[in-house]
Amino acid sequence: MSALLETCERVLARVGTDAEAEVTVTAGTEALTRFATSFIHQNVVDAGHRVHLRLALDGRLAEASVNQTDDDALGRFVSSTVEAARLQPVDPGWPGLAPAADAPDIDHWDDATASADPDARAVRVAAFVAAAGGLETAGFCSTEGIEVAFANSAGQRLRGRSTAAGMDGIARTGSSDGSARAASVRLSDLDGAALGELATRRARESADATDLEPGRYEVVLSPSCVVNMLGFLAIHGFNGRAVEEGRSFARVGEAQFDAGITLADDVTHPLAVGIGFDAEGTPKRRVELVRDGVTAGLVHDRRTAKALDAESTGNAVAGAGPFGAVPANLALEAGSTLPGDLVAGVGRGLLVTDFWYTRILDPRTQVVTGLTRNGVWLVEDGRVVRPVTNLRFTQSFLEALGPGQVRGVGSDLTLVGGATFGLGAYVVPSLHLASWNFTGGAQG
Amino acid sequence: MFDYAEAAVEAALASGATYADARVMDRRHESMNARNGEIEGLTREGSMGLGVRALIGSGWGFSSTSELTTTAAQAAGAGAAAIARASASVPGRDLELTPVEVRQDSWQNSVDEDPMSVPLSEKGDLLVGVTRTMREHGADVALAGYDVWDTTKWLASSEGHRIDQRIRECGARMDATANGERETQRRSYPGIRGQYGTRGWGLVRELDLPGNAARIAEEARALLSAPECPAIAATDLIIGSEQMALQIHESVGHAVELDRILGWEAAFAGTSWLDLAQIGSLRFGSDLMNVTADATLPGALGSFGYDDEGTPAHPVDIVRDGTWVGVLSGRDSAALAGLDSSGGAVRGDGYNRLPMVRMTNVGLLPGRSSLEEMIAATDDGIMMDTNRSWSIDDKRLNFQFGCEIGWEIKNGRRGRMLKNPTYTGIGPRFWGSLDMLGNEKEWTFWGTPNCGKGQPGQIGHTGHPAVPCRFRGVRVGVRG
Repeated sequence: MSALLETCERVLARVGTDAEAEVTVTAGTEALTRFATSFIHQNVVDAGHRVHLRLALDGRLAEASVNQTDDDALGRFVSSTVEAARLQPVDPGWPGLAPAADAPDIDHWDDATASADPDARAVRVAAFVAAAGGLETAGFCSTEGIEVAFANSAGQRLRGRSTAAGMDGIARTGSSDGSARAASVRLSDLDGAALGELATRRARESADATDLEPGRYEVVLSPSCVVNMLGFLAIHGFNGRAVEEGRSFARVGEAQFDAGITLADDVTHPLAVGIGFDAEGTPKRRVELVRDGVTAGLVHDRRTAKALDAESTGNAVAGAGPFGAVPANLALEAGSTLPGDLVAGVGRGLLVTDFWYTRILDPRTQVVTGLTRNGVWLVEDGRVVRPVTNLRFTQSFLEALGPGQVRGVGSDLTLVGGATFGLGAYVVPSLHLASWNFTGGAQG
Repeated sequence: MFDYAEAAVEAALASGATYADARVMDRRHESMNARNGEIEGLTREGSMGLGVRALIGSGWGFSSTSELTTTAAQAAGAGAAAIARASASVPGRDLELTPVEVRQDSWQNSVDEDPMSVPLSEKGDLLVGVTRTMREHGADVALAGYDVWDTTKWLASSEGHRIDQRIRECGARMDATANGERETQRRSYPGIRGQYGTRGWGLVRELDLPGNAARIAEEARALLSAPECPAIAATDLIIGSEQMALQIHESVGHAVELDRILGWEAAFAGTSWLDLAQIGSLRFGSDLMNVTADATLPGALGSFGYDDEGTPAHPVDIVRDGTWVGVLSGRDSAALAGLDSSGGAVRGDGYNRLPMVRMTNVGLLPGRSSLEEMIAATDDGIMMDTNRSWSIDDKRLNFQFGCEIGWEIKNGRRGRMLKNPTYTGIGPRFWGSLDMLGNEKEWTFWGTPNCGKGQPGQIGHTGHPAVPCRFRGVRVGVRG
């Protein structure tokens, strides 16, 4: 038995048989090397354990976590959680524990990434900085290796592990920034020099941008923009809690999207990162959310599944509370068009590198405001003609992806980390969309 | 606990650090949520450990451990120095630290009633009661919750600091959502993020959630049939104090963070439109605009005795009579910028996060007008309150904010309720149009418990004293 699973068992033993209980123990190392003005200014390593316990005493719930695992600390932790549960009213929405079931056989893990030292990250940062050819640079290189064990009093026992590496940076001219990023299970996949070169090219090509009149334009959106859009659709739309509360746009069986859109939550995807089960010990599986433009499914935790007479899809997040279920591994099916050919198909529109500070105005209509960042260019008759200054948009993401609105889907399937407000990493291509509502320019 | 912190510092120095500090932190957090008249979650989190920061040349190294033993502390200290050495492989100019008086001290905020000690049953009854009331008055979804934090930290530095602090914070929130045919409307109380402070449970009692539950539910329902906020290129705009807190936070607080101005956050949070060469001369807003960053305000969420570098809490002028005069800084950023001393604004989110520049209590000093006087003085305008959406560019200049509720102002009177109100502007132009400022009776120390910054991400607790304000010539009603 692994040490983490053993800790789970120690906690369950202390809870005893009077309560339904589930325990998750997470251990690992997260490290991040950060650079700005072309030098490493912040460099951190966090190694630790976390024990999370949720228990129900005759339907009375309490949840707690602690990062100390000695016997005394665990004893106090369990007794105070049991005591707190006794004082709670019965929760009629309590769905009970996940039954024993196997998780998918995935192992998104790389030993070298899990044990990467600060020098391994610094080498990539140095390459990024050097590739910028004297432009100022900023960004980060990160590695993490996390192991998770889960046990509940219904007999479920699971273990998983995952590594992830990411690099994200900008190069800066006096008037522009250009960005580049990459993510993978393996640090060795990250090429600091190549990313530095791409960021630098984007910065130089977006220098001395000029204003463009706000209005509706075609857009070619990079994978990072697409991930940003999907995060809002996930939290406010495909989330079983949002549907239960009547806040969601999602209507299963209706053609709410363009026929070019096929979307699933899929931790088994070859490019994905993460483990094969959720915070409630429910195995993850591929959950189809949109098939050829038709809304096909929702994600659930056990609570929303009970409320909507469905099954949990393995999308519970510890501590998510009122937010409900979160798809952490969205995968948008790629097309066959190279990103450059997406641009070639634009009549008059904009090529956008990144979105920034997007916030939702209304979850039902998916109207979101935000800005462009790190490079935006005017495209006319299929050719990039000039960089333009950043623009503000106020756009329904649902309408932007609606029937007839997707003019091209890129072949550039890319893993982008930090999706859904940091809770996942999505695999997506670039998109060419028919219309985007830019509501303001750099000067308001 | 000081012994562990000192062991980590000594190990970092022995491994080559020119400066080191370490914090042992013990933090407990309790939260409870209710939904539609039922308790849906009680969560208690405990987090304890040590974080040590070592400086070598131009780079910091930071390492943390949840194991509180001398051996683990020494390993963390040596590890931080090793990380700092790796940082030095991509070097910049050597970092210096502004001087600060070395102190050995103990500090805690005063609380009227320990929020952790209030019975769970009483807290639960409060949340159940208000969510039931909201449901009875038209809410399709009624949510309420509270949070309590109890944090003790022990700081030791290679310069001799030895400071312990205990900070207790709490607050509560509730909101009512009404679903229409094609939209949802929401009303929150006391604000979208609730209201929080470095106070005891008396703060939650003062909020009077039960006395406001029915009203916000009815307003959420009424918004569904209210007219849209009109799209107007330039109008008079009165903004309530809760939304003003957000306006200050986003367009002033983040803009004056010195690490952003220096480019240290350029790739993620962004930079700032402010240029240090213009400090003391740049017009940030109208003459009515006076902003301070004051970590000494009793009860405000961004208050403390010392920041995480051992700098004593003190007020810092940020904008005086409309002119930009100050920044939020720490010892390294202040030294790099050529300032004499740190602004005492460095804090870390937990033992395992590198301390960085964070807002303290960044807020407006009050003026002379009442809200009623502002309304009476407005012939044709819009009034908005309670933040709903917030977006601002990476230089903290171009913003668009939405509120939960608005009203027409016609001939000095508050008229029809308006839904989906938004306004947009450019920072200094907008602040320059400020022409009426709420008075001391309206001065509220709003608390923001969820300010995100940094990589890895950190959540900061910040305070924002605010009053209602009137602005002229503002664009409103931007829609998708």
